[in-house]
Amino acid sequence: MTQIFFAYFALVSIVTGILTVSLRNPVQCGIALLALLGHVAGLFVLLHAEFVAAVQVIIYAGAILILYLFVLMLLNLKAEERYFHRRYAWYVVGVGALTVELLMVLLATRFEGAKGPATVEAVEEIGNSMAIGIVMFSDYLLPFEIIGVFLLAAVVGAIVLAKPPAVTDAGAEER
Amino acid sequence: MIPVSAYVIVSAILFVTGLIGVLVRRNFIIVMMSVEIMLNAANVNLVAMAQHLDSLAGQILTLFVIAIAAGEAAVGLAIIIVVFRGKLATNVDQINLLKW
Repeated sequence: MTQIFFAYFALVSIVTGILTVSLRNPVQCGIALLALLGHVAGLFVLLHAEFVAAVQVIIYAGAILILYLFVLMLLNLKAEERYFHRRYAWYVVGVGALTVELLMVLLATRFEGAKGPATVEAVEEIGNSMAIGIVMFSDYLLPFEIIGVFLLAAVVGAIVLAKPPAVTDAGAEER
Repeated sequence: MIPVSAYVIVSAILFVTGLIGVLVRRNFIIVMMSVEIMLNAANVNLVAMAQHLDSLAGQILTLFVIAIAAGEAAVGLAIIIVVFRGKLATNVDQINLLKW
């Protein structure tokens, strides 16, 4: 059963990823990206990361992607004749060669390492959200605070950048 | 039980797809969407390794990556709005103001 779900989520996320980079109409690209994010959230659920899956759906699909679609429709972009770069075939060939190399390295790798304390059973006992919360607010408290400052800076930067330019006549007072 | 290498390979394919998108597409917003695909590939990798190694650090790093992606989207889209207002261009090969 798990194998079937994994095959479905993996296949659909790869196909929608390819659609996102190859579709002509930008809005359709956004919809394909939405499907990709949903199926990646499904992969997270299969990996026993329920909280991350919920955050993925709420923040990625619910907030970030809506921002993208909002800007796409604000700018009213049309599908274009020439939507690829001029020499895109060379890029695809180069990255394709890189992919083959990468897959061979990955297939030859044995993923081993020191196991941590958070086994699936130990996490299920107190719940995934609570386990993440305990670790995040103890071991990862400083990165958490830094992320807060970072988000504030991003919000202020976005507002300042997207503000309409101030009118600067010779007599008018500069705002 | 799915082996961790299956997740890593899915993540590698997604990452390469996003990389091709960044290199090939001309529309700036699609380029940023491709960056989001690459970030998602990294997230899959992190969560798969977290589950494989019985550690929660990967899941927490994933949450941080999602926060970074939100900030990147906000600032990047603000920049493209400013560029579009001045020049009416959203293609990356037409935005060459800083090109030497």
